[in-house]
Amino acid sequence: MSARALILAGIGADADRTWRLQDYVARGGYDTLRKIVAEKTPPEAIIAELKTSGLRGRGGAGFPTGLKWSFMPRAFPGDKYLVCNSDEGEPGTFKDRDILRYNPHAVIEGMLIGAWVMGCTRGYNYIHGEIFQVYLRFEEALEEARAAGLLGQNILGSDFSFELFAHHGYGAYVCGEETALLESLEGKKGQPRFKPPFPASYGLYGKPTTINNTETFASVPFVLKMGGEAFLGLGKPNNGGAKIFSISGHVNRPGNYELNLGTPFPELLEMAGGVRDGRKLKAVIPGGSSAPVLPADIIMDCTLDFDAIAKAGSMLGSGAVIVMDETACMVRALERLSYFYHEESCGQCTPCREGTGWLYRVVRRIEEGLGRSGDLDLLCSIAENISGRTICALGDAAAGPVRSFIKHFIDEFIYHIEYKKCLVPLAVQDLGSQINVNVSPT
Amino acid sequence: MLEIEIDGNAVQVPDGSTVMDAATLAGVYIPHFCYHKKLSIAASCRMCLVQVEKAPKPLPACATPVTNGMKVWTHSETAIKAQKGVMEFLLINHPLECPICDQGGECQLQDLAVGYGGAHARYREEKRVWVNKNFGPLIASDATRCINCTRCVRFTTEIGGLMELGQAHRGDHAEIMSFLGRAIDSELSGNIIDLCPVGALTSKPFRFSARAWELSRRRSISPHDSLGANLIVQTKHDKVMRVLPFDNDRLNECWITDKDRFSYEALASEHRLTSPMIRKDGEWRAVSWQIALEFTVAALQEVVGGQGGQALGTLASPHATIEELYLLQKLARGLASENIDFRLRQRDFRGDAVRGGAPWLGMSVVDIHDLHSLLVIGSFLRKDAPLLAQKVRHSALRHGLRVSAVGSSAEDWRMPVAARALVAPAAMAAALAGIAAALAAETGKPVAEALAGRLPPDIPNNVRAIAQSLASGEKNAVWLGSFAVQHPRAAELHLWAQEIARLSGAALGFIGEAANSTGGYLASAVPGAGGLDARAMIESPRDAYLLFGVEPDLDFADGAATMTALDQAQLVVAASIFDSPALRQSADVLLPIVPFTETPGTFVNCIGDAQSFHAVALPPGEARPGWKVLRVLGNLLDLPGFNQDDAKAVRDEALSGDIRACLDNAIGELPEAEDPSPAQTSRLQRVADVPVYFADPLVRRAASLQKTADAAPPTARMSASTLAALGVSAGSRVRVTGTGTVELQAVADESVASGCARIAAAHPATVALGPMHGNLSVEQI
Repeated sequence: MSARALILAGIGADADRTWRLQDYVARGGYDTLRKIVAEKTPPEAIIAELKTSGLRGRGGAGFPTGLKWSFMPRAFPGDKYLVCNSDEGEPGTFKDRDILRYNPHAVIEGMLIGAWVMGCTRGYNYIHGEIFQVYLRFEEALEEARAAGLLGQNILGSDFSFELFAHHGYGAYVCGEETALLESLEGKKGQPRFKPPFPASYGLYGKPTTINNTETFASVPFVLKMGGEAFLGLGKPNNGGAKIFSISGHVNRPGNYELNLGTPFPELLEMAGGVRDGRKLKAVIPGGSSAPVLPADIIMDCTLDFDAIAKAGSMLGSGAVIVMDETACMVRALERLSYFYHEESCGQCTPCREGTGWLYRVVRRIEEGLGRSGDLDLLCSIAENISGRTICALGDAAAGPVRSFIKHFIDEFIYHIEYKKCLVPLAVQDLGSQINVNVSPT
Repeated sequence: MLEIEIDGNAVQVPDGSTVMDAATLAGVYIPHFCYHKKLSIAASCRMCLVQVEKAPKPLPACATPVTNGMKVWTHSETAIKAQKGVMEFLLINHPLECPICDQGGECQLQDLAVGYGGAHARYREEKRVWVNKNFGPLIASDATRCINCTRCVRFTTEIGGLMELGQAHRGDHAEIMSFLGRAIDSELSGNIIDLCPVGALTSKPFRFSARAWELSRRRSISPHDSLGANLIVQTKHDKVMRVLPFDNDRLNECWITDKDRFSYEALASEHRLTSPMIRKDGEWRAVSWQIALEFTVAALQEVVGGQGGQALGTLASPHATIEELYLLQKLARGLASENIDFRLRQRDFRGDAVRGGAPWLGMSVVDIHDLHSLLVIGSFLRKDAPLLAQKVRHSALRHGLRVSAVGSSAEDWRMPVAARALVAPAAMAAALAGIAAALAAETGKPVAEALAGRLPPDIPNNVRAIAQSLASGEKNAVWLGSFAVQHPRAAELHLWAQEIARLSGAALGFIGEAANSTGGYLASAVPGAGGLDARAMIESPRDAYLLFGVEPDLDFADGAATMTALDQAQLVVAASIFDSPALRQSADVLLPIVPFTETPGTFVNCIGDAQSFHAVALPPGEARPGWKVLRVLGNLLDLPGFNQDDAKAVRDEALSGDIRACLDNAIGELPEAEDPSPAQTSRLQRVADVPVYFADPLVRRAASLQKTADAAPPTARMSASTLAALGVSAGSRVRVTGTGTVELQAVADESVASGCARIAAAHPATVALGPMHGNLSVEQI
C-alpha cells in the first residue's frame, strides 16, 4: 500500500474534508512555526538543519533547499519576496495539485518559515491555471490562516509579519520556469529571463526573490519537526527524506504515493497495482515528460532517488512516473510529447521556437507513415542544436525525449519509416488506451 | 578595467561590459540579430553564441558579462557550430523570397546567411505563414519574414515611450502585432524600419521603388525641427528615394523623426513651383527667370525709390538656410530697409532690445543625460521636438531626471512628469512668478529686486512642487518651448524663466521651433534699429513685401491678418518652393526656389552647431537654389557684396565670428512698453499648437505623413468643465469666433487648461480664426 510518510500522512478516504486549519493543527500543523516564533530560532540554525536534511528541490531540478535559502541576501534593505511555484504543468505531474488540495496549510507553514529565515515580507503562490478549484481552496486556506493570526502583521503576536497571496496562472507550461513565472506574476508575458542575474539578486520586481516548489515548502515543517538527521535518514545520503511520486499510465492504480527516496522502483510499481492487465512493462519516463525515457530492464533495477536515476541516464525530476506497457507505440508517444513542447515553447529564443516545431513535424510525419531515411539523424541533429542553446530549460526538455526515445527504441522508429506503420499493431495499441482502472484516491 | 582575451587578442574593457562590448572594442564581429546597441538586451536570437572558457555550453555574447581573465572564442568550432545551428532555425520558416523583398541587399539575415547558412535546406516540412498587419500609412508589414528579434517591440517601449507593438502568442505561433490593430505612426515610429534586421517592416512610401544597391548615399541635415538631425538622403537618378538617419551620438544618435524620414515625399509634390510666374491682368503666367527678375527689380526699385526702404517688409521662413537668410537680410538692408524678420509666429518682441544674444538650448544634447531636474515651460515637447523629448524621456526613465512642466496643455509626453502647472496662457507668468517665489523660500536667495514686487500672494502646491524639484537637484535646466516663445507676453515669461534658472542654478534654454531658429539670429535676419518685427510688419502694413519660403496663411501668428496685409500691398514678391492658392492670391511674382535637398546650405541648430550640407538632387524645372536667386537679385539691384562664388563663401561671410560667443539667453529689464497681450474680454482663451505635420511647407505636402493621426483636421479641444460652462456637448459642431469665425468639432480633452480651447494653428481650417493667442467665443451649432 501507499506510504503516507509526511505531507500526505493522515490523509485518507475523506481527504476532501480534512484540509482545513483545524485538521492540519490536529495533525501537529503549525507546531514548528509556533516554536520558531516563540524561541526566535535564528535563521542560520534553520538553514543548517535544512542542509543537514539533504532536502532537495521537489520541482524537478533537485537543487539543495538549504543552500538556495542561504543565497538570499538577508541584510538587503527593502522588499524581498518569497514565491511558491505551484505552476505544475509537466505532463505526468499531479502531486502539487493534491498537496494544495489536501494539505494547503503545510505549504503556508513552509512559506512562513521561509519568510522567517530569509526576511521576506511578501509571498505569492503561483498556482497552475487549469486547477482553478485548487486555487480557490488555497485562497480559503489563506483566509483561515489570516483569521488565526498566522498570516499578516504581527504573526502569533510577534513582530514577525508576512503577507501571502495566491495567484493563478493561465495555463502556460513555460510559467513553471521560475523567471517566466516571475514575469507572469508581474503582469507581463510569461517568458523566461536570461540568467544571470538570478532571482536571488534580481527577482520579482527586481528584488531578491526565492522560489521553491510547493512540495519543497510543504516538506520544510516536517524536516524541522523531525530534525534534519532523521529526515535524511528516511532517504539516502544527498537524497534526504520522502517524496511524492505521481504514477500514471499503464498501471492499475495510478495516483500519488509518498515514498522514502531510494525506494526501489518495483516497489512503487507494486503499490500502483502493477502493470495494467498483467501486461509486460515496456518503458518508464521516471521524472515527468522532460525526463529521458528508460526501458523496462534499466528502470526495474533503479532506486527512486536523484542520483540513481541520473546514473541510469534520466532524471528524477518532479517524480512523475509515466508507465508504458507493451501496447504503447513509442513513435506515437514521442509524437504526443513533441506536440506538447511545440505548443508550449514561449517563442522567445530561436532554437526552441523554431526547433520544437521542426521536431514535432518530423516525428508526426514518421508516425503518419511518411518518414524518410535520414529522418532519425535529422531529429538527433535538431535536438543537439536545441540543447544548451536556449534561455531556459524548455529547449532541453523538448530535445531530451527525442534523443532518448530514438536511443532506446530505434527499432520501432526504423520500422515506422520502412514499413509506414507501427511495430505495435493498432489493435494492440487500442487495448492499452482503454480506460478501465481504479484511480487511487491518494 | 577587466582583461579579456577574444580570439587570442587581449583587450581591456570597462567593468560591466558584456562580451559583445568587448568584441566591438577588439574589432571582432560577432553575428547577431536581436542585439542593438541602443536597446535593452533580449538575448533571444542566440545568433551571438560564442565559446567561453570553462563554460559547459556556448553563451550569448550580448548578455554574458565579462569577468577578469575570461577567454572567448567567437570563431571556434563550438561557436561556429552553435551559430550555424541558430541560422538554420531562423531560416526554416523564413520565406525564400529575397528577389522580391525590399530588404534584399541590406538584409542582416541575408548577409549572415551567406556566412552561416547551408547551401541546401534540411527543412522539408510546411512553412509557417502569417497574415500581414496594417500598421498604418508609414510602415509596411510582411509578417511571414519576421524572425521575432523583438527589436521593434523594444524600440517602441523603451525609446518611443509607448508599447505600440508586442509579441502575441507563443512558440512558432508568436507574432509581432500592434495593440488591437492600431496604426504605428507616433512621431518616432519609422525607426523600427531601420531596426528590423529582415524585410518584415519596410517603409510603405519607399517600398518597391528602388533596390538598395541602386541608391547613392548622401549626407544631409534635417530642415525641420531645431535639433538638425543628421540624415542620409538616398537618391536614384538624382531623385530622392528615401531618407535614413546618419549616426551622430552628440545629436540624434541613430534615430530620426518620422518627419525627417518621410517628408521627402513632398520634394516630388505636384505643387512644386517649377517656373517663375508673374501675375498680369489677374492671370498667372509662367515666364523666364530673366523676365521675372527684371520685373522684380523694377518693382522693388519703384516702391523703395518712391517711399524709401521703410515701405518694404521682408519675411523669411525659419526653415531657410543661413546662406539664404544672410543674403536676404543683406538685400533688404541694401534697399535701406531694416524691416526683416524670420520669427513669424512670435507676438512679443519686447525682448529684442534687451536680449543678450541668439537664443539656444543653453546646453549640449548629451548633457540631458546628467540632468537632475528639468522645467519645461510652454512646449508641446513630444511633437515640437520629438528627439529632444526622447532624450528627456530616456533620462527620466533611466537616470532619475525629474521633469516638471508649466503650460496650457498637458498632453502625454510618454514619460513621468513629476510636477505640472496646467494654467491658461494668461496665467503662465503668474505660475512662473510662483515658482520663483517658492524657490526663493527654498534656497534662501532673494528674488531679484525688479521682480520682487510682482510675486503672487499664494503659491499652489503643484507650483511649489516644481520649485522643490528644481531646488533639490544640482544639475538643472529650464527650457522655454515654442508655445512660450509665441506667447503674447513671451518677454515676461523669458524674464521669469531667467529668474527661476538663477535661483535654482539651472541652465536656461530655448528649445527652438525650426531648423534655423537659432541660426536666423546669427544670419542677422532680425530687424535692426528702427526696423519693424514680424508682427509690426503685418499690423502696420507695408507697400511692398518680400516673402522667402513662407506660406502667408499658415506660417504666421495670425494668418488672416497676414493675408489682409499682403492683399493691400502694392507689391508682393514671393520666393517659394511650392505653389499655393494663398500665394497666388497675395503675390505678384513667384520665384521658384528649392528645398534643402537641392541646394547647399547651413542650419545652426539649438545647440549652436553650424551644420552644412550639399545639394543631393537636381531641382525640377526652372527652380533654383534660393541663395543664387538672391545673389542675382542683389547684382541686378546693383547692391554691393553679392559676388560670392559659392554657398560656402556666403556661409563664411555670414558666420564669420565665433558662433558660441553669439549664443546668449540672457534678457535684461524690459522697457516700459505697452502690454502686448489682448485684453481679457471673454471667458475662453485660445491655446494653439502647430501640429507636427503642418509645421512647415515640406511636411504639409508629404502625402504619407498627411494620412497619420497627427495630421487629423483641427478640433476645438476643451476640458469637460469648460465644455459644460459653455453649454457645449462633446462631439458636437461648434462655431468658434476669434477675429474671424470657423466651424469645428468640439472634443473633450482633460489635458487642456480650464477656460481654454486648444485649436491647432497652421491649418487651412483655422486660418480664419486669427491670432494663435487671445480670446475666443464658442457656441454650439
